[in-house]
Amino acid sequence: MALFESLSDRMNHIFSKLRNKGKLTELEIKQAMREIRVALLEADVNYNVVKDFTAKVSEKALGEDILKSLTPAQQIVKIVNDELVALMGSTHQKLAVSDRPPTVYMMCGLQGAGKTTMCGKLAVYLKKQGKKVLLAAGDIYRPAAIQQLKVVAKNAQTECFEMGQIDPVKIAKGAIDYALKNGYDTVILDTAGRLHIDEKLMDELVRVKKEIKPTEILLVVDSMTGQDAVTVADTFNKTLDVTGVIMTKLDGDTRGGAALSIKAVTGKPIKFSGTGEKPEDLEPFHPERMASRILGMGDVLTLIEKAQNAFSQEEALKMQKKLKENSFTLEDYLDQLNNMKKMGNINDMMSMIPGLAGKMKGNVQIDEKQLAHTKAIILSMTPQERRNPDIIKASRRKRIARGSGTSIQEVNQLLKQFDMMKEMMSRMQRGGLRGLKGLKGLF
Amino acid sequence: MNIFQKIAQGIKKTKDAFSKKLFFAFSARALDDEFYDNLEEALLTADVGITATENLIEELKNECFARKIKKPEDARDVLRQLMIEDIDYDVPQYEYPLVILLSGVNGVGKTTAIGKLAHMFKDMGKSVVIAAGDTFRAAASEQLEVWGERAGVRVIRHSEGADPAAVVFDAISSAKAKGNDVILVDTAGRLHNKKNLMAELQKICRVVGRELPDADFRKFLVLDATTGQNAVSQAKIFSEDIDTDGIILTKLDGTAKGGVVLAISEELQLPVVYVGVGEKIDDLIPFDATDFINALL
Repeated sequence: MALFESLSDRMNHIFSKLRNKGKLTELEIKQAMREIRVALLEADVNYNVVKDFTAKVSEKALGEDILKSLTPAQQIVKIVNDELVALMGSTHQKLAVSDRPPTVYMMCGLQGAGKTTMCGKLAVYLKKQGKKVLLAAGDIYRPAAIQQLKVVAKNAQTECFEMGQIDPVKIAKGAIDYALKNGYDTVILDTAGRLHIDEKLMDELVRVKKEIKPTEILLVVDSMTGQDAVTVADTFNKTLDVTGVIMTKLDGDTRGGAALSIKAVTGKPIKFSGTGEKPEDLEPFHPERMASRILGMGDVLTLIEKAQNAFSQEEALKMQKKLKENSFTLEDYLDQLNNMKKMGNINDMMSMIPGLAGKMKGNVQIDEKQLAHTKAIILSMTPQERRNPDIIKASRRKRIARGSGTSIQEVNQLLKQFDMMKEMMSRMQRGGLRGLKGLKGLF
Repeated sequence: MNIFQKIAQGIKKTKDAFSKKLFFAFSARALDDEFYDNLEEALLTADVGITATENLIEELKNECFARKIKKPEDARDVLRQLMIEDIDYDVPQYEYPLVILLSGVNGVGKTTAIGKLAHMFKDMGKSVVIAAGDTFRAAASEQLEVWGERAGVRVIRHSEGADPAAVVFDAISSAKAKGNDVILVDTAGRLHNKKNLMAELQKICRVVGRELPDADFRKFLVLDATTGQNAVSQAKIFSEDIDTDGIILTKLDGTAKGGVVLAISEELQLPVVYVGVGEKIDDLIPFDATDFINALL
């Protein structure tokens, strides 16, 4: 595993020998295709999808006169990336809304894919858009599944409709009646996890579908699924004609090639991805970001978007000015830490930075608790100290350590890191993103 | 009926794509490139992974050359043998008192596996207590209690959000007081790249080690057979963090073959101990390498 860090690196490696020749042979293209194949297979993209895909890319690569290009490695990576995006659907697809309320979303999938958790996330997401959402408990088999949905509903601050362990068709109908009577415009129907080859249980879903005609049928798929993803998705789609797919557990270190396979085989759009344990950890699915992820190239776009959400334009400008004047203080650092918290889990963010993604796996982990300590230390300083850390000598350090419940060593470390950070920032001013290389040591 | 019709019929019987590929591979006339290509495809489709697949085929080629094997059907036996050797381990017998801790990512079937294990030990005449260590997921303890009832086993639980190590401590105290043979510890699903959750798992292990230093303590990783190459990463990090003793492979009753255990075995020499093959309480069976590979090939 983790034989390669990014396809980019690999391509660079293949083509590095040839840089001076300035021209590629067909053999080298073939080698490149082999690497692409390995990369995709390691990402769990389905075998047949990989086969078609490499054939297509190979054709394109030859057709586009890569041989004469100055940077063949980049060019091939670009073709691969573009093709991946095209395959996954070029833009994000929104959820359909019924013109005759209530809008009904029916969830389905294998056991343990994350349906019940996803119901809650979807409810939170739709509530933010002003919908009134009712959750309906249709999993009558798994022990305590109804209880779980009740808790999920409570956390999402909405209601859970249940009728105990009776025929799910009746539950679905009951939920819609209840929604109409009680002013809910959206119903999310949870169903039991089932194997796609379990004909009896699959038939149950067909019956539910016939009876309530849901606005959307969403197939929930674990993004860590391997080659079997196509079989599962294909069977669910053929039986139920699903309208969309939701990928879950994308906050792990999986490359999620299953997403590509499913789209290629079913042709159905992937609408959302679940990215964490909290109810609000749900993101609209973006094909271009998934492409980078499958190729191990990081996810800069999501990172930028998260940053944009967390930092206001004004703040950013202010920060830029400070960086230019090199007047960045510990107070600003504290602001930054608070803003970073808003962006979400630091480790997830780090994994989105290209090149860093492969390198950090497993070995460099940033402890969120450490950040809390850092904050405590800064908060134990006087405003004067924060603005001018140079005045913090031995006795002040002792006081700060005591005040923040940390040790003098930790205070020392923070001050050292802060110096490093200032140094790095001024380097970034001069050298752009390359300065980021030292980022890991900062936390 | 001509030969092609026969082939077509044979394929119809073997429903899934995987068997089709193998059928093609082994009905070839000679051990040519096409034969090996088909074989590679079959192994990759079973999630064996690119590295393990390439190694297996390399070994097979060498073996067939050395033993002058020419027929695909004979090559199949060689491959089968190679694969069985790859995943066949001697797992030491249990000693009692026994503590079994199950860990794994979300949704692999830990709680269900605990229920099945409880039933299995009960059947063996052992007295069992379950520690409901998943205090995070909504209604996980309730789910476990249903399993406890089915198996006729006590479940020690705290409220949601409680410290799982404390639950385990209580379960151990209770087991000591009542003289139980087996303590089964359920844990919350966690993605292996979440450091603080992995630390929580280590804490649970420390509590077991301290309170029952002489007990036989097994830590099993529960893996979903449908998982692809990420399972290798899961196995690696879980065994680094809590020194895993073996794997329980669940959901083998679907169409996934669970070939990723070959990739895991190659890298980590981690044995599979049990496999889950259904929803019923006795659908957890000891792993048998020969049966597993025969089902796969």
